[in-house]
Formats: sequence, structure tokens, C-alpha cells
Amino acid sequence: MKQAEIDQQTTCYHCGNDCADERIELEEKVFCCNGCKEVYSILNQSGLCSYYAYNEHPGVSQAKASKRLDYLKEPSIIRELIDYSDEKFTIVTFYIPDIHCSSCIWLLEHLNKLNPGIYQCRVDFLRKQVNIRYSTQSITLHEVVELLDRIGYEPLISLQDVVKKQAIDKKDNLVKKIAVAGFCFGNVMLLSFPEYLGISVYEQSFRQFFGWLNLAFCLPVILYSGTSYFKSAWANLRNKVLNIDFPLALGIAVLFVRTAVEILTRTGPGFADTLCGLVFFLSIGKFVQRKTYYHLSFERDYRSFFPVAVQVVEGETERPVPLSDLQVGQRILIRNNEIIPADAILLKGDARIDFSFVTGESVPVSKVLGEVVYAGGRQTDQAIELEVVKPVSQSYLTRLWNNEAFTRRQENKIQTFSEKISKYFTIALLVIAFGSFFLWAPFDMARAISAFTAVLIIACPCALALSTPFTMSAALSIFDKNLFYLKNTTVVEQLAHIDTIVLDKTGTITISGDTAIMSHINATEAEKQMIYSVCTNSTHPLSRLICQYLDYYTKLNTNSYYEVPGRGITADVGGHFIRIGSAKFVDVMQAEASSAKKTEVHISIDERYIGFFVIEQHYRDGISSVQSLSPAYRLYLLSGDHGHERESLSSVFSIEDMFFERTPQEKLDFIKQLQQNGHKVMMIGDGLNDAGALKQSDLGIAITDNVNNFSPGSDAILDGRSLKKLPIFLKFSKDALRVIYISFCISLTYNVVGLSYAVSGKLSPLIAAILMPLSTFTIISFTSLATHLAAKKRKLL
Amino acid sequence: MSIIYFLIGCSVLLALVFLGAFFWAQRNGQHDDLYTPSVRILLDDEPDETEPKK
Repeated sequence: MKQAEIDQQTTCYHCGNDCADERIELEEKVFCCNGCKEVYSILNQSGLCSYYAYNEHPGVSQAKASKRLDYLKEPSIIRELIDYSDEKFTIVTFYIPDIHCSSCIWLLEHLNKLNPGIYQCRVDFLRKQVNIRYSTQSITLHEVVELLDRIGYEPLISLQDVVKKQAIDKKDNLVKKIAVAGFCFGNVMLLSFPEYLGISVYEQSFRQFFGWLNLAFCLPVILYSGTSYFKSAWANLRNKVLNIDFPLALGIAVLFVRTAVEILTRTGPGFADTLCGLVFFLSIGKFVQRKTYYHLSFERDYRSFFPVAVQVVEGETERPVPLSDLQVGQRILIRNNEIIPADAILLKGDARIDFSFVTGESVPVSKVLGEVVYAGGRQTDQAIELEVVKPVSQSYLTRLWNNEAFTRRQENKIQTFSEKISKYFTIALLVIAFGSFFLWAPFDMARAISAFTAVLIIACPCALALSTPFTMSAALSIFDKNLFYLKNTTVVEQLAHIDTIVLDKTGTITISGDTAIMSHINATEAEKQMIYSVCTNSTHPLSRLICQYLDYYTKLNTNSYYEVPGRGITADVGGHFIRIGSAKFVDVMQAEASSAKKTEVHISIDERYIGFFVIEQHYRDGISSVQSLSPAYRLYLLSGDHGHERESLSSVFSIEDMFFERTPQEKLDFIKQLQQNGHKVMMIGDGLNDAGALKQSDLGIAITDNVNNFSPGSDAILDGRSLKKLPIFLKFSKDALRVIYISFCISLTYNVVGLSYAVSGKLSPLIAAILMPLSTFTIISFTSLATHLAAKKRKLL
Repeated sequence: MSIIYFLIGCSVLLALVFLGAFFWAQRNGQHDDLYTPSVRILLDDEPDETEPKK
């Protein structure tokens, strides 16, 4: 109890953050920042404090820079965003990444108490969306967003509204098809039972009646639920591909024709139950395969990273302009923490631009007036004015998306096992079917036809078609639990075939912005000032870090400044000769400078050794496990950064496999080169600069510290905390593939057993009706059990 | 035994009604969000006049 009280005192009432640095008190409650306090007071005034009753500290820290929302007054932008609008009300859907608990749902669904102009709010928790219906007359979109922002739920508005697009893609009625197939399956089973149990001679009229009903139930199954197999098989045949859908479609068609003929000619009961069951199970397999992550998007490109609108300066006035309308020659105003949307020339202000997302370089870069600033950089100082020199779509960074890797369809990805095997399976199936037909044909034509159709029915690869989706979806959910989100089930197989891994540096194996600098210098304040002054002249990231570290001096005049690239700098400050650079450059003999593993910057003044700085990049936990992949997989490092960490990384990568200062285009080409040499390449990256390489690679993994944040388009998203599990993931993907192989053998055994009945031409509907569901259930239970056992063995569960 | 014709007719009709109900729910968007309602039902409706807790 006492502990709880202490906690209460030191953590923010709103967000639960530590209030060590700043304490703001209001009504005996402590807040970490003004933002949190303000949210509390807004809620308190409106009597919405139940928000705090459902969960402890439900809020999200408000200690962040607020954004301008002026662009939401532009009619053209409003039109893009809203779902529906008339004079009375408007409906809009926002994606709010901060939705995380039941308090969030409660508060967002009570917005009406904060502003009566809002009629109704509906939260979709998994999609992190809120659907708002508000009065067009009394409140504007701008005010709605402002209100959300004020209570700490800032919607993420981007040009590429991914979430909405997903909703449209999903409408292929698979659930309805399953419902119809299931409905028919159940009824047909019921009506088929009398046949199996035996109908007495007195009740022969029922046999006819049940037969007709069965046939009627088959119609919707074949005409509605099963159509996709016919379409797919036909499309593949036209492309001269034999995939698994062909024997399936053939099986379904033969089942139906034989059932119809037997019932219409009154020669037998047909296979109505097998037909309906087959389509029902297959549809369920399809459904299982389709895993959706509501809150993730694998299709993002630069548009969801860039702002929706940018402030354009025209004479004395400024107005927001949608990014798509931005023209060459316009002057744009970029404030602190805003992203420069197009290549532009700096006209006014002090530009210190963080290009970490574009180049991987973690230290902000200063630009002088008249210099071209590439799109994608984030201004980290006061507002600057720039003139646009290239349209958004043609900028240095966005040009990458014009590459063919983004336009061609994804066909060259690794062929899946079932794709490979189904070709041979189909051929073998046709050979057996025709073989048994011609075997019987000379003696008994009816029996030949019966054998031919029976082979096609019994060998219909239902279990085979189900083994992959069930194994893969089980694997997918295991990856999911370990914070590794795969785009779809085929990615698991791709993962198993990888032989080369390419990693980006900044943000991927390092955490961007997380560098530690330690001073081992023995200098007076005046000397430190000199060091600072010399370093400000250099754009080298290490100099920048030293400047940041010593950032409280006024700059002195430096003369005869000279920089030897990759070695160090010399300069004259007030008559003192200063050398800053590598141990060799400064000519250090001291024993203390011997640790070669770390990045060090040595300093001497007037040939007197002062000491050195140690710069340590913090690597992710997973770096050592990445290292352990080395003999089995070829590891490459591909960085946009300068090579000043080459040595500290040499423990993980061999020197000749590290590549620095690569542009986004060069990264893409590098991957392509590897692929042309026959490698299956997995690219792990995080920034927009990796987007091309991620797309080009056989398997692109975007790594991120917060899955709600922007991550470039990829095949999988990996939470940074799980990087250390990467070797296990790779092993597990191979396990999953092994499960598929085994389940394939099992389903083949069932087929062989069934075929022994079928070729003789004496397939009873009862055997078909038993064999089909039996094999299906075996496969489903085997695959899910085996996959979970494999996951347990790998300690993923 | 002719009653069987009638009974089967009834059972099929009943099943069709359920299928129709499922379709209606599907079209109505009742299966769009399968998680939030489970949380929402636990949140109390608050009478306006009561003072907020704490």
C-alpha cells in the first residue's frame, strides 16, 4: 500500500511517466508535463474522469511538440479525408495510433460531452480507428482534430490512407462463401445418412427425394462457393501454369457431374456430401491463410511519411498547400520537426537537418543559404524558408519509387513448395486417371468411366491444399507472438530459403540517435572552447558529436583550417595549433590509446597530447545473435552512413562485407547484384533509404521500435526488441517447411489408399465421404500440433 | 411416413432463415470489429448527475 502511494507521487497521474525532472501539481495530482495536466483538466471540467478509473495512467505522454493543423481548413484536403458529408452531418474516420486501452475507447466514445457538435463516435480498437459523425453546421473538421489533439489522441493523417484501402481490399465475400458451403454441407450430411444406414425397400421413394435435395444443395456450392477455384485454374492454365487449383477444380467438377448423373439416372446416391465438404474445408483453409494485422501496414511508401500539406509563403501571407499541388519555384516554410517534402534551395534561416531517415546518418547536418536540401530531411532548429526546385515525385528520395522494383508485379519471389509440387502432382494424377480409364475401357466402358472419375475424386488434393495454409498460419501466429509480423503466409517459406542477409546500420542494428560519447580529455575550459571551435567547422559526424557534447561555448575564430578526409583536422585557434583525429593522425604513443575496437578521437594542442573522446554507438541487443548467423548465412552491412564505425563493427561483419555511404539507389542495385549471382537475399532495414532495397530483396524486413510508427513497405515488420531472435526465427521457418513436407506425405498416403479403391472402379460414396474429412482432420491437427511443438522446441512459445 | 417431407421442408426453411440472418449480420457490419464490443460492454453508462469518482 505504501509502495503504491509512493508510486502515485512520482509518476504522472495521466500517463504514468516518471516525474523526476518536472513536477506539476494540480488538485493533489502530479503530472509530468503541462500537456498531461491540460488533458486532465479538460476531462475534469467535462466530468469525464472515469477515464482514469478504468485503467491506471491511461494517457499517453503529452511532452511532444504540437503540430500545426491549419491545413485542415483547406477544402481540397477536407474532401480527401472525409467519408461522407451533407448539410446536416459529416462522417470521418481517423487512424489514432495512441489508442491502447479501454479508457481510450471510453473517452473517445464520449467526445460528445466535450463538444456537443459531435454526434457519435465508434472506436475500432484493433484497427486503432475512430469513426466520428459530427454536425457539419456547428463544428469543422479542423476543430474535431484539434479536440482530439487536445485530449491527447492526435490522429495520424497521411496522404496514403492505408487503413481505409485495406478495408476495400477485403471484400471478396469469402465469409459468405464459407457460410453457404457450410450450410449446404450440413444439410447434405443429414440427407445422406439414410443412404449410408440403409433405406428399406418400403421407403425407396425417400431415396429419390433425398437425392434431388442433395443435388439442389450442391448447386449453390458449385455456382457460388467454388467458383474461385474454376476461375483460378482457368487463369493459370492460360498462363501455362499447373497449380494446385487445377486438380481441385477438376475434382470439384467431376464430383458434381458424377453426382448429377447418378441422381438423374437413378443409378446411385452420388457424392454430394464429399463435394460440399470439400468446398467447405477448402474455403476454411483459404480463410485461415488470410491473416490480417489491422494495425500494421506493409504497403507504406514515402507518402505516408511525408506531411499532407506544406506551408507556402506568398509575399506576406502563408497558406497550406496540399503536397500534390506543390509546384517548382514556390517558397515553403518548414518549422521545427517538420519534414521537407521536396528538393529545395535554402533561402532563409539556420538549417540543421536530420537526415537519419534518408541517409542513415544520425547527426543533423547544417546547410548554408543557397544549398540544395534533399527531401525527407527533418528540420531540427527554428523555421526555415526554402524554394522548391523539384516536384515531390521527382525528388532525390522519391525518385526511388519510380524504379522498376516498385512497378513490376511480385512474381520473381521464391516459388512455394506447393506450387512446385502441384505441377508433378497434377501430371501424376492425370496419368493414373487416364491409365485406369484405358485399362478398363476394352472390357467395360461404364466401369472405365467410373474408375476415371473415382480417381479424380479421391485424389483431389484437399489435404495437400490445406497443409500449407494451416501450417503457415500457425507459424504466422507464433511469429506474431514474438513481435515479428509477416505480411502473409508465403513469407514463412521465403524465410526458410534465405541464404544471404543484408543489414542496414542506422536504426537497424543501432538505435538512431543513441550514441554515447565519453570524454577522456584533460583540458582547461579555454582549451575545450578551442576544440569546440575547430569541430564546428567540420561536417564529419564525429566532429558534430563532439560539438554536441561540448555545446556551451562561443565559437572562436579559426585560421588555416585543414581537413584530411577520414583522418582528422588541423587548425590554428588564437595562435594554438590543434590536431583532432585518429590516433595515428595525432601521433599518439601513449598506451591508453590502444583499444582499437572503439571509435576514438584524439586531440593535441601545440603538439601536447590532451586526451581523447570515445564514441560508442549503442547496438541493439540482437547484434551478437546476428553475428552467430555468420557461417550459415552470408552477412553484409549496407549503410548510408560514413564508415567511422567500420572497426567497431568488424566483430560482426567481415571487413570486405561492409559497405558505407551508399545511396538508396545503390542499395537497391547492390541487392540486385547479389540476386543475379544466385543468392536469396533478405534485407533488413528501417528507413526510407532502405525502401528500394527492401522491395528488391527476396524478403524485406522493416525493423521498428514502435510498430505504429512509419515503416517502409516490406514483407515483414520486426519489432526491434526481437532482433535477437532472428536466428531462431530462421530455424523455425525451416521447421515449418518440414511440417509441410511431412503433412504432404501423410496426405499422399491417404490418396494412395483411396486410389487403390478408385482404380478398381468400385468407389463407394461412403468411403469417399469418410476418407475426405478424415484426411482433412488429420492434416489440420497434425500441422497445428507439429508447428506448436516446433515452436516450443525453439522456445518461441 | 409422409410427414418426413413436411419435416424436412421445415428444417431446410429454418436453416435458410439462419443463413439469411448470418448474411444480414455480415452486411450490417457486425463482424467487422470483433474485439471492441467485448470491451465496450464492460464500460458503465454514467448518469449525468453523479459526481465523477475520486
